[in-house]
Amino acid sequence: MTGLPMIWGLGLAAILFVLGLLGVLVRRNILFMLVSLEVMLNAAGLAFVVAGARWGDADGQVMFLIILTVAAAEVAVGLALALQLFRRTGSVDADAAMRLRG
Amino acid sequence: MVGLLFLVPLLPFLGFLVLLVGGGRLPRRAVEAIGVGSVALSFAVAVLVAIGFAGLEGESYRQTLWRWMATGGFSADIGLWLDPLSLVMMLVVTGVGALILLYSVGFLRGEAGARRYFAAMTLFVASMLVLVLADNLLFLYLGWEGVGLCSYLLIGFWYREPANGAAARKAFLVTRIGDAALLLGLVLIVASLGTLDIPVLQDRAPEAWTAGSTLPVAAAALLLAGAVGKSAQLPLQVWLPDAMAGPSPVSALIHAATMVTAGVYLIARMHGLYALAPAVQTAVAAIGALTLLLAAISALGQSDIKRVLAWSTISQIGYMVMALGAGAWGAAIFHFMTHAFFKALLFLAAGLVILRLHEEHDIRRMGGLAMKLPVSFAGFLAGAASLAALPVVTAGAYSKDLILWQVAASTEGGLLLWLAGAIGAVLTALYIFKAVFLVFFGPMQTAPEPAPASPAMLGPIVVLAVLAVFGGGLAVPAQLAGTLPAPPLAGAPGHPPLAFALVSAALPLLGLAIAWALYVGRRGPLTGLAASRAVARAAPVAAAGFGFDALYERLFVRPWHALARTLRDDPADRPAAGLAGLSLGGYRLLRETQTGRVRWYAASLAGGMAAALALGVLS
Amino acid sequence: MTLVWLIGLLLAGGVVAWGGERFGSAWPRSIAVTVMLIALVMVLGLWSGAATGVVTPGGPWIAHVEADWIPRFGIAFHFGADGLSLVLVVLTIILGFAAVIAANIDVKERVGFFHFNLLWTLAGAVGVFTALDLFLFFVFWEAMLIPMALIIALWGHEKRRAAALKFVLFTQGSGLLLFAAILALVFAHYGDTGLWTFDYLTLLAAEGSWPGNLWILLGFVIAFAVKLPMVPLHSWLPDAHTEAPTAGSVVLAGVLLKTGGYGLIRFTAPLFPEAAQLLAPYAMALGVFGILYGAVLAYAQSDFKRLVAYSSVSHMGFVLLGVFAATLWSLQGAVIQMLAHGLSTGGLFIMAGLLQHRLGTRDMQRFGGLWAGMPRLGALTLIFAVAALGLPGLANFVGEFLVLLGTWERSVWAAAFAALGMVGAVIYALALIQRTFHGAPHGNPGVRDLDPRAVGLLAVLVLLLAGLGLAPQPVLDTTAPALEALLRLSEPAILAGEVASHGL
Repeated sequence: MTGLPMIWGLGLAAILFVLGLLGVLVRRNILFMLVSLEVMLNAAGLAFVVAGARWGDADGQVMFLIILTVAAAEVAVGLALALQLFRRTGSVDADAAMRLRG
Repeated sequence: MVGLLFLVPLLPFLGFLVLLVGGGRLPRRAVEAIGVGSVALSFAVAVLVAIGFAGLEGESYRQTLWRWMATGGFSADIGLWLDPLSLVMMLVVTGVGALILLYSVGFLRGEAGARRYFAAMTLFVASMLVLVLADNLLFLYLGWEGVGLCSYLLIGFWYREPANGAAARKAFLVTRIGDAALLLGLVLIVASLGTLDIPVLQDRAPEAWTAGSTLPVAAAALLLAGAVGKSAQLPLQVWLPDAMAGPSPVSALIHAATMVTAGVYLIARMHGLYALAPAVQTAVAAIGALTLLLAAISALGQSDIKRVLAWSTISQIGYMVMALGAGAWGAAIFHFMTHAFFKALLFLAAGLVILRLHEEHDIRRMGGLAMKLPVSFAGFLAGAASLAALPVVTAGAYSKDLILWQVAASTEGGLLLWLAGAIGAVLTALYIFKAVFLVFFGPMQTAPEPAPASPAMLGPIVVLAVLAVFGGGLAVPAQLAGTLPAPPLAGAPGHPPLAFALVSAALPLLGLAIAWALYVGRRGPLTGLAASRAVARAAPVAAAGFGFDALYERLFVRPWHALARTLRDDPADRPAAGLAGLSLGGYRLLRETQTGRVRWYAASLAGGMAAALALGVLS
Repeated sequence: MTLVWLIGLLLAGGVVAWGGERFGSAWPRSIAVTVMLIALVMVLGLWSGAATGVVTPGGPWIAHVEADWIPRFGIAFHFGADGLSLVLVVLTIILGFAAVIAANIDVKERVGFFHFNLLWTLAGAVGVFTALDLFLFFVFWEAMLIPMALIIALWGHEKRRAAALKFVLFTQGSGLLLFAAILALVFAHYGDTGLWTFDYLTLLAAEGSWPGNLWILLGFVIAFAVKLPMVPLHSWLPDAHTEAPTAGSVVLAGVLLKTGGYGLIRFTAPLFPEAAQLLAPYAMALGVFGILYGAVLAYAQSDFKRLVAYSSVSHMGFVLLGVFAATLWSLQGAVIQMLAHGLSTGGLFIMAGLLQHRLGTRDMQRFGGLWAGMPRLGALTLIFAVAALGLPGLANFVGEFLVLLGTWERSVWAAAFAALGMVGAVIYALALIQRTFHGAPHGNPGVRDLDPRAVGLLAVLVLLLAGLGLAPQPVLDTTAPALEALLRLSEPAILAGEVASHGL
C-alpha cells in the first residue's frame, strides 16, 4: 500500500489525543469534558486504523469498532452522570462534585 | 465414738452454710443459736471422740473421707488424723470457741451484721479444726488459708471504717507472704519425698534425708516462714497489733487463743523434720527468744488495752516458739493451752470493759473500775495473774515454768535462752499489772454505763477464769509424751531443783512489785527512773513496736505503689499504640491527595501514565 | 458423631434465635437457653460414657469423627475429643449458659442478632477444641473471632469500636501467623513424604525435625500466646474485656482465652518436641513475668473490669508456665487453672456487669461501702475474688498448686517467683473488695440487691468452683490419659518409627 507514510497518521492521532487530554484537564464544563474524552477515544481509534492499514490487517478496524461501542456506552453512562450532577448541584461544573471528597 | 471425728469440723461448717444460705430470713435468735450451737455441739462431739480415743488401742486414729487429688504419683486426701497432739488442739479450739461464741451473743447485741459475724466465726472454727486435724499438709494448708480468710473478714467486721479494712488486708497480706513460703515448702517436700501425708512423712523424711543436708534445711526453713507469718513472730509480727481493729471476741478467739498458735502447731507437728535441720531449729529458738523480748517491751509501751494484749500474745507465742526451738515440744503445747485460756479470758474481760466504757480503749483514761465492773475485774485479774505466771495459784505458772526449766536444761537451749525467758517473765508481769492497776485501781476517769452485763457474756468469763487458774492441773505434757519426743535434757529428766523453782517463782513477783511501785505506790526510786530521759526516749520506740511498720512502709509498700503508678497505663501497650498512631498518620497524609476534583485525578492519571511510558521508553 | 451434632446444634440454634426475634424479644433468649440445655445434656452424656473410644498414639479419643472435605490437599472433617478437649468443651457450654443468662443484664437491642453471635462464637470454640485437622482448626479459629468482634463492637460500652478493632487486629494478625505456620508445616511434611495432609494425627506421627522447625513453632506459639494472652502480647485483652458487654466478657475470658492454652498444649510440644524444649525456658520466664506483671497492673486499675482483666493476665501466666514446664503435674495444673479461671473470672465479670447496671459506672472510686446495700452481691463477689486469689478449697488453688509442683521440677526459681504471684493476687483481690464493698458508703442510694433467683443461678458457679476445688479428681482422671499421651509425644527422644508402627 502506498500513500501517506504511517507517521503522519500516528502524528495526527497523537495530536488529537493530546488535544482531548488537555480538554479534559482544562475544561470544567462536564459536557465539554465528555466531548474531549470522545476525541481521545477517537484518536486511539485512528491510531488503530492507521496501523491496520500499514500492516494490511483487519484487526485495526475490528479494534476501532470495539472502541466505537465502548465510546457509545461511555457516553451513555457519562451523560447520565452529567444529568444527575446537574440535577443535584444545578450546574455542569465538574468541580461542583467535590463533595465526594474522601 | 471415734468414728464421729468427721463431725467435729463438719458441724461448724454446716452452721456456716446454713447462715450463708439461710439469708436474712433467719431471725436474730436463730442466727445466734446456730452460731453458738454448731460450735458447742462440735465441742460435745469432740469430747465424745476424746473419750472414745482414750479407749482406743494405739497412738492415733485416721479417718479418710475422700480422695482430694491424685496425679502423677502424688496424692492427697481429705482425711483426718487424731493423735494426742491434735486431740488437745481440737478440744481447746472447740471448747474455747464455743465459750467465745456464747460471749459474742451478748457482745454483739444491738449490733448489725450478726449473720455475717457468726457465719465467719463458724467458718473459722471449721477451718481451724481442719488445720489441726488434717492428715496431710495440703489439707492442713486448706485450713491454714481458711483461718486467714476468716481472720481477714472478722478484723474488717466494721467495714465502714477504712482503717479497719486496711488492718484486715494487712493481716491477710503479711500472713500470705509466709503462706506462699509454706506452700513452696510443701512443693519441695512433694518433689523430693513424693507425699504430704503427715504420718508417712515422719517416717520417710529421716530415711530419705540426712540431717543437716540442704533439702531438709530448706523445707524446714520454708515451713518456719509460714509459721512465723501466721504466729506473728519476727519479722512478720507487724500485722497482729493492727488486727485488734476487730471485735474483742474475734481477737480472743482468732488472735489470741487459736489461729495465731497455728505456727506453733505446725512446727510441733513437723518435729521430725526439724530434727533433721538443726540449724533451722536453732533459728526457731532465736526467733522465739527475740520475739518474746521485743514484744514484751512493746507491750509495755502501749496505751490501748487491746494492743497491750496483742503484743502480749506475740510475746507469749515467742515463748512457745522458743520452747519448740529448744526441743521442749510438750511444754510448748502445754503453754499453748494455758495461754488459750488466760488470753481469751483477758480479751473477753477487756472487751466487756471497752463495751461498758463506750469504745474507750485507752488505759490512761480508765481507772477505778474494780468495784464498778466486778466480774470483769475478777476475770481480768485471774487472766493477768495467769499470764504473769504468779506461782502456784495459776495455770500459766505451770506451763511457763516448764518452758523455762526445759529450755535451760535442754542441750538445744541453754542459759542465753533461759535469760531471755526470765527477763520476759519480769516484763510480762510488769506490763500486765500496769494494765490491771491503771484500769481497775486509782481514781475513776470514765464512768461505765450502768447497764447490767448479760449472762451470755459473764458465763464464759467465769468458766475461762476457772480454767486460767486451775487449768495447770491438766497433765498435758504427760499425755503428749508418746506423740512428741521428750526434750533433750542435759541432766537426768526430773523436776527442776528447788533453787531453780524459787527463782522462776520470784521473777513474776518482781515484775508485780515494780508495777505496784510505779502505778499504785507512785513513789520510790523506780518512779524517778521511769520519769527519766532515757525512758522517755525509749517509750515511743516501744509504742511503735520498734518501728517495723515504718521500715516495711519504706521498703515494700511505697515501692509497690510507685511501681503500680508507673505501670498503670501498661507500657506493653506502647508498641501497639505506636503502630496504631503510625497508620493513623499515614492515613492523614494520604487523605490529602483525595481532593475530589475529577480533573485533578485525570491529570494525575495522565501524568502517571506519561511517567510510566517515559520509564519504559527511556530505560 | 455427637461432636458434629453439638456444633451443628449451636450453629443452627444461632440462626433460629436470630429468626426468633420477630416473634418477640424474649424469644432469642429462650431459644438460646434451650439450645444450651440440650448442648449441656449432650456433653455430659459424652463425658459419662467416656470409656469408649478410639485409641491412637495421639491419645485416647472419646469421640471421633472423620469425613473427606478436600481430599486433593488432604483436608478432612476430622473431629475428635480426648479428655483435654472434653473438659474444655464442658467449660465452654457451662460458661455459654452463664453468658446467655448474663446477656439479660445489658443487652437490650438487637437481641436476636446478639444470641446468633454468641452461639456462633461458642460453636467456633467447640470446633477449635475438637478439630483434628489443622485446616479445619483454623477455620473454626477464625469463625469464632468474627462474631466475638461483633459482640464487642455492637453491644459494648463507651469505647467499643476501638476495642473491637484492636481485638480484630491482634487476633487476625496472630491468625495470619498461625495460618502461615500451618502451611509451612504442611509444606515441610509434603517435602519430606510427598503427602499432602493437614491431619493432626498424621503430622504428629511424622518425625518432627524439619529445617526451620523453630520458626514454624514460633508461629504457632505466638499465635496462641496472643490469645492466651502472654505478656507482652496481652494489650488487646484489657480493652476488649472492659468494653465488651457482660456476656461477651464472660465468653471472652472464660472460653476464648482457653483456646490459646489449648492450642499450646495440643499443638506446640507434641508437634515440635526439640524446638519446644529450646523455647521452654523463655516461655516459662515470660509466664512468671506475666504472673507478676498482671498482678501489679491489676492493682493499679480503678476500673472494676480492667482490674479483673489484668488479673486474667496474671492467671494465664500460670497456664503458660504450666504448659512449658511440661510435666504431668504442671499440665494438669494448667488445665485445672483454665477451668477455674473461666469460672471465677466469669463470675467476677458478671458481678461487674451487675454493678455497672445498678450504678452506671465501673469506676471503683465511685463505689465504696456497697456492702450495706447489697450484701448478697458483696458475698458472691467476695467468693469469686477469694477464688481468684487462690484460696484452697476453691478451684484455682488446685491449678496453681499443681503448676507450682510441676514447675519446681524444672526450675526452683520459676516456682519461687510464681509463688510471689500468690501474694500479689491477695493485694489486688482484696483491693477490689475494699474499694467496692467496704469503706464508708458514699451516695449510692436506692441500689437493689440481687434477687434470690439470680443468687441461685450464680450459686451454681460457686458450687462448681467449690466442687472443682474439693474434688477435682474426676477432671484429673479425665484429662490424665490425654495429657500423658501428649507428654509422651513431647519427649524429644521419641522415634518416629515407634509411633508409626502403632498405626492409626
